[in-house]
Amino acid sequence: MTDNEIKPIAALQDSVPSAPPRSQWKDVWDQFKHHKGALMGGSFLLFITLGVLFGDLIWQLDPKKLDIRAKDFRPIYTAIWDGDAKVGWNHPLGTDNLGRDHLAQIIAGGRTSMAVGWAAMILTMVIGTSIGVFAGYFRKLDGILMRFTDLVLSLPILPLLLVAVTLFRQPLRANFGPETGMFILIVGVIGVTSWMQTARIVRGDILAYKEREFVLAARAAGTTSKGIIFRHLLPNVMSPIMVSATLGLATAIITESALSFLGVGFPSDYPTWGKMLADAVPRMQEFPERVMLPGIAISLTVLSVNYLGDGLRDALDPRIRGR
Amino acid sequence: MKTKTLMLGAACAFAMAPAAMAERGSDGHVNIIYWQAPSILNPFLSGGTKDIESASLVIEPLGRYDPNGALVPYLAEEIPTVANGGVSEDLTSITWKLKSGLVWSDGSPVTSADVKFTADYCMHPEGGCAQLAKFDGVESVEIVDDLTVTVKFDSPKPNPYGPFMGGQSPIIQMAQFKDCMGAKAPECTAANFAPIGTGPFVVDEFKPNDVISMSANPNYRDPAKPAFATLTFKGGGDATAAGRAVLETGEFDYAWNLQLAPDVLAKMAEGGKGTPIAAFGSLVERLEMNLTNPSPDLPEGERSTVAHPHPFLSDMKVRKALSMAIDRNLLVEIGYGQAGRPTCNLVPGPAVYASDNTDCLTQDIAGANALLDEAGWVDSDGDGIRDKDGVKMSILYQTSTNAVRQDFQALIKQWWAEIGVETELRNINASVFFGGDPGSPDTFQKFYADVEMYANNFDGTDPQAYLSMYKCGNEPKPASQWQGENINRFCDPEYDALIDELSATSDLEKRYELAKKMNDMLTKDSYTIVPLVDRGRVSAHANSLGGVVLNTWDSELWNVADWHRIK
Repeated sequence: MTDNEIKPIAALQDSVPSAPPRSQWKDVWDQFKHHKGALMGGSFLLFITLGVLFGDLIWQLDPKKLDIRAKDFRPIYTAIWDGDAKVGWNHPLGTDNLGRDHLAQIIAGGRTSMAVGWAAMILTMVIGTSIGVFAGYFRKLDGILMRFTDLVLSLPILPLLLVAVTLFRQPLRANFGPETGMFILIVGVIGVTSWMQTARIVRGDILAYKEREFVLAARAAGTTSKGIIFRHLLPNVMSPIMVSATLGLATAIITESALSFLGVGFPSDYPTWGKMLADAVPRMQEFPERVMLPGIAISLTVLSVNYLGDGLRDALDPRIRGR
Repeated sequence: MKTKTLMLGAACAFAMAPAAMAERGSDGHVNIIYWQAPSILNPFLSGGTKDIESASLVIEPLGRYDPNGALVPYLAEEIPTVANGGVSEDLTSITWKLKSGLVWSDGSPVTSADVKFTADYCMHPEGGCAQLAKFDGVESVEIVDDLTVTVKFDSPKPNPYGPFMGGQSPIIQMAQFKDCMGAKAPECTAANFAPIGTGPFVVDEFKPNDVISMSANPNYRDPAKPAFATLTFKGGGDATAAGRAVLETGEFDYAWNLQLAPDVLAKMAEGGKGTPIAAFGSLVERLEMNLTNPSPDLPEGERSTVAHPHPFLSDMKVRKALSMAIDRNLLVEIGYGQAGRPTCNLVPGPAVYASDNTDCLTQDIAGANALLDEAGWVDSDGDGIRDKDGVKMSILYQTSTNAVRQDFQALIKQWWAEIGVETELRNINASVFFGGDPGSPDTFQKFYADVEMYANNFDGTDPQAYLSMYKCGNEPKPASQWQGENINRFCDPEYDALIDELSATSDLEKRYELAKKMNDMLTKDSYTIVPLVDRGRVSAHANSLGGVVLNTWDSELWNVADWHRIK
């Protein structure tokens, strides 16, 4: 037996692998790190997330503490061009008109805004993706689910929200307290009113992919629907989902600030970036930093999430990877 | 046709009065912005200033108060007094005589039947009229002839100018409202949204909570007025936007009640397009203590009703401690500057009626703490919040959305935290909060909170009607469609006796004394109402708008017929 063993041609013989085997995730990382914007976005997002999570351990001032004697401090950098400005290292980013420290507010406000943004975005993606996948994959559900999507799309968000606040504020407040209750309400309302675009995009892609040969092959091999969806379809629609997710995070942060502005959001002394912005508008000309700082924080976060999403999409798509 | 009539009228006026007299509609368009949007144009169904003042463009009372608090006849020939025989010697009746030849904007004549109807409309037992206090003690309204009406009171009324005086008690047309009596009143949408009136303007289109388009009343009694042919009354937004629209961009000609921080207003005025104007009246920013239990655990219809007293605010010492912890001077400095002064009085003016009650002006945190300890409210479970018998001193504190009010909330929350009271803040859109909609849980009348903050005032110079609001039974409740002015659900038989005594006293010195005593009962003796700031009214008009006279004793738009464009 051994004597008759077929020997491969010498040229096709690999005595040792020329390079260690590569995992898929290493390829993804290689591709990802070529995307400069994504790298910067990712590190900024990491920085700001860590900052809002642990910033209050370093900067221990209470964001709700009023100190009237120290009101209207300007940020420390104002001293560069205006020697007489009221600045101090005890309030590096200044204070508001009631003497609340800005840095502490940005940290505390960021925590709320980011939490609302992420939670609402995840909820949106879960609802949108499931509805999109079901509608696209199961023909029987398509009509019902897509008409339902149209129905929700046609609902005006603001009146809906006012009704939701009227109906649910009291029970949620009683069960979870005013702040957590409001958090659940806001995340819930943003979640159930912004999944429709994702659902439509996902459905469209699923409709196209499920007619492709690899799905046919999988089905012929006896793969279950669940297997096809999770193994073959979802990875392929990951990139549009990623893009929707990044946009969704931005929308959620901004919607939260709009709600706070209308007075149906968090209690008025509970800082969020959106509320800091809204509160600062009357004094925008005198104290531009009060709108600039939370505004920049919102913009940079949204921008970095967008870049991160862009980079991830490129890195996760095997057809783009390596180019 | 209309234009032709107008032109003809204008031509006539021109021919007959060659002097420098303005003609109706010659100054084009005027824009008014109220940052609280009117939701109804019937003041009898809404207690909101925005509704009363927007309605004052269309419907008028028999007489108004001028900026000095003096009485001026509007639809009446003259103000009835004892001297001219209009008020009976025993002070139990007042006889009003309408100007002759008055017509409604639809051309039909104004008669004493309309005046009587207005009283019947508001005094209807099923109605829940928001201005019922104005008709306090009215026994009957009798028609003497087409233009004369006599109001009879059940007891001597030294101040008989409650009914039909001031912006809160205008005359409505019987023909239009006769099917809208009692419980049907809120259902007459067409009439409530476009009342037919005698005022300088008529409603062309009313979009609730948004905008009102009006044009000059072709049948207005002075043929030369109003100077503006059309008027846009825009509601909504916030005080900042309204201030900017008049002072900085010049998009609007008049902005009402610019409750802005002093530094913000000063900065805006530098825009140069308009001028802020201020006047002190009787407007007091106050905390209202809820004497009934607003707990959501109670069934709907029993929350915030007299059936359930408040778990801790019904204790006088608690209310006093909450008041003692507040530094009113700082509130004024932060919120109002020159346009406010600290006060402990519900009736801060006119000076003769103001009590010398000043002991709340100094903040006393230590005293407040001691008082709460003495009352048995101690922090027994060590969480920083006082409690007694398992009831925590946790307060829900609501007000309308407004930058100054939110600053006040933050400050007061901090002071209350220092005396071991936990506060949850809530702010509600002003149009909803003051909207009076019985279906909304967020109105100030429903008071589903422990403490709420807003400002209120009385028109005219006599506080009797204002003090009568705190009568037992006048509280908002489900039976009255949540209308009523006794917001705190205050009830004290002794106070009611004083109301009756005040309405039977004509000697002025005695009246001053009684009013002061009643003021003290509500404030320093019971702390039911905790006054914070006596607010001057600050409004703004465009530099090109002439004739504006800020009036704190009546509707701000009281003399809108005289407004004109400065060329």
